[in-house]
Amino acid sequence: MGSGAIAAGAGPVTIALSGSPRRQPVMLPHRGAWWAVFPIMLITLIPVLVVFSAWLAPENEIFAHLREHQLPRLLENTFWLLLGVGIGVTLLGVSLAWLIALCEFPGRRQFAWLLLLPMAMPAYVTAFAWLGLFDITGVVPTWLRTQLGVQSFPTWGARGGVIFVMTLALYPYVYFIARSAFRQQGLDLVNVARSLGVGRWHAFRRVALPMAWPAIAAGVLLALMETLADFGTMAVFNYDTFTTAIYQAWFALFSLPAASQLASILVLLVMCLLVLERALRRRKRYARERPASAGGSIRLDGSRGVAASLYCALVFCIGFLVPFAQLSHWAWARGLRDLDARYWSFAWHSFSLAAMGCLLVTALALVLSYARRMHPTLALSTAVRFAGSGYALPGTVLAVGVYIPLAALDRWLTGALDAVFGWQVDTVLQGTIWVMLCAFTARFLAVSLGPVEAGLGRVPVSVDEAAQSLGAGAWQRVRRLHVPLLRGSLLTAMALVFVDIMKELPITLMTRPFGWDTLSVRVFEMTSEGEWERAALPAVLIVLVGILPVILLTRSSDHAAS
Amino acid sequence: MKSIRMGVVLWAALLGAFPAVAADPVVVYSERNEQLIKPLFDAYTAETGAQVQFITDKAGPLMARLLAEGPATPADLLITVDAGNLWQAAERGVLQAVDSKVLQENIPAHLRDPGNRWFGLSVRARTIVYNTNRVNPGELHSYEALAEPKWRGRLCLRTSKKVYNQSLVAMLLAEHGEAATEQMVRGWVANLAVEPLSDDTRALQAVAAGICDVTLVNTYYLGRLLKEEPGLPLAIFWPNQDPAKPKTGVHVNVSGAGVTRHAPHRAQAVRLLEWLSSPAAQAVYANINLEYPADPSVPRDPLVDSWGDFRANSLNVSEAGRLQADAVMLMDRAGYH
Repeated sequence: MGSGAIAAGAGPVTIALSGSPRRQPVMLPHRGAWWAVFPIMLITLIPVLVVFSAWLAPENEIFAHLREHQLPRLLENTFWLLLGVGIGVTLLGVSLAWLIALCEFPGRRQFAWLLLLPMAMPAYVTAFAWLGLFDITGVVPTWLRTQLGVQSFPTWGARGGVIFVMTLALYPYVYFIARSAFRQQGLDLVNVARSLGVGRWHAFRRVALPMAWPAIAAGVLLALMETLADFGTMAVFNYDTFTTAIYQAWFALFSLPAASQLASILVLLVMCLLVLERALRRRKRYARERPASAGGSIRLDGSRGVAASLYCALVFCIGFLVPFAQLSHWAWARGLRDLDARYWSFAWHSFSLAAMGCLLVTALALVLSYARRMHPTLALSTAVRFAGSGYALPGTVLAVGVYIPLAALDRWLTGALDAVFGWQVDTVLQGTIWVMLCAFTARFLAVSLGPVEAGLGRVPVSVDEAAQSLGAGAWQRVRRLHVPLLRGSLLTAMALVFVDIMKELPITLMTRPFGWDTLSVRVFEMTSEGEWERAALPAVLIVLVGILPVILLTRSSDHAAS
Repeated sequence: MKSIRMGVVLWAALLGAFPAVAADPVVVYSERNEQLIKPLFDAYTAETGAQVQFITDKAGPLMARLLAEGPATPADLLITVDAGNLWQAAERGVLQAVDSKVLQENIPAHLRDPGNRWFGLSVRARTIVYNTNRVNPGELHSYEALAEPKWRGRLCLRTSKKVYNQSLVAMLLAEHGEAATEQMVRGWVANLAVEPLSDDTRALQAVAAGICDVTLVNTYYLGRLLKEEPGLPLAIFWPNQDPAKPKTGVHVNVSGAGVTRHAPHRAQAVRLLEWLSSPAAQAVYANINLEYPADPSVPRDPLVDSWGDFRANSLNVSEAGRLQADAVMLMDRAGYH
């Protein structure tokens, strides 16, 4: 890791604490940045534009009905959901990231990756596992009723249940991204603050937290976007949100235009969130100009250490162990009957798609963030932001947005091949894996942009300038400077995209080539007629196939950071 | 960076190994689950030697896909699990009429499209299930009567977002008109013991647990539950059987199929559809999921048979499709979510 060599341009530490004004670096010629960004933008923007195009031929009658009878309730429900999940994932994610990154207590090494596992389970399957345990007809209330005669007990209601499940499913995004930020920034600035007489909590709040804020915000935004786009979990709890209304408009009122109209409002909502986050950050850049001194962690001794371990263990149990145990029980009791040799190919398809997708999407995210870093113009920044908005669209809507233009392109290509070369082919793109990869890019670019941008933001621009003054070209700077420096962030991005693709359903369903069924497709086959117990087997396998890469990537990202 | 380089190699290898499309099979887009249709396609291949390739998804995306692909579609046959989607597919022009004696003989008239663009292959009855310890079947009468005040706090319903409830209300809408139907749905909502549940199985479990006394479900959910837990205090009641009103009856929906408009293998698709409508195939198609075969003379699963006969509503199932969007809006207005 070349970080030591880069510290040549070390400036005063105080720069890290003040919002330094944006410098305008003289780097790539402007056109170069756009050439890099434009094709990637097309992949992600076209589907979003297809969705927006519904306003050209709006379904006024249906939309008016939705506005009158659904919208107020949906907005209220969605607001509480976002607020609850936002607070939940921030508290859990940041506290755990801080403990794991910079403290030392019994079990820390194991918890570092154990705490990521909830992310490997599809949230809607977790939701069903929880309902199986605690819903009115679940195991626990039934036991209370039959064994103890307890007739009434508090139920958490749909809203509480959804927030609970989504928080536990999504806090790993915040935890994962914030952890690598905390680790990179190290403790010495906190120690400086402490030596100046600032209290422990104050030092955390005034020094460590603002520095990690871009990373935390990136994680929270990802969690909120995924919450907005979620359909499965909401359906399990029958909690109506914007996304459930989109599906309702499409599948029940048979109006894809009305569904797209609602979906485009969703995208605007996300844009507002992004602007809000930008405004909160007020253009501050908290790059530190010197690498963190190696090692350095807060030792939590005695009862404080035990408390930290217990806290991590509790989150792990509730977030992963309990629902996973329920799923395993179902898989064992009911799912094993379904297990056959085909599961090898389901697992292989899931794994290989996720592996290809995470490499591609992360590479593209790196290009985008890098272009924006070279040219922090408003146009380019907005374009990059917009490129990530596909993550907040319900997957099925985005899948259609990808499919329509690709099908048109395919028709054009087959026609062109016939006209120019006289080749008679049925399809060029359709039924190939490229369609899927395009769709995955449109959907998950935001997931890898988050950590990559946060990571790149922590590399001071002076480093680029130093390298440039030594004659390093743009490509060389990326390869020899940024990729090594960003290794931790890139691995984080890859791990997140990997598990996301493993779990992904609507795009996989719509764009998979014949015979390319994956584990998540198996989950769909079982759940679509309500056979949740049978869905447990593929769900458990998703976790098992997803765990190994998560562990490997965490370990090498830990390695990269230390 | 070794790992990334290896990834690229792996990727290239995968794309190279990508399987080419098999030799001219019939291609099916299916909303019906893999585990419910694959056994039939396997049997078809064994019997005729013809290959079948299929892909499963929800009806909405499958239809969007057919529309986007247009004349270039590889799909020959579309299978869905309710009449609403079949009706919609026919309306959107993605299906074509099939003039087949075999199909008309095998499938009763009210279970197929009047324009012959789709054919019901199995029947799904949506009926009342009650807790045998808490309800005397004499109390029960019809779907409409569940709105009466005596059921206050005793009714469980699945969410109105499920198409089965939408098509049930659409049928009632066709029968009673808008005002009366909305009144009735409001009555249901007022009688709910708990907020609408997310699926039929949970509704049944709630009735079995005594959280409520009656619910409305598709019969195969009960069959499935009873096969896992035979002792549950649940029984079926066939509503709307009043001999004085011969047109009414139990609400039935169909799972069915139609040949796509631009089917590249039209003849083979018709042959597959005719084969699916044959008594032997219908028996497998329906019984595998404890549904009713479309042709009443085809033998049912013994458990299904034990529930006895019922008179189905004679309204053509395509009516439910036509009125489905109206039914959804009506339920929204009535506060049934």
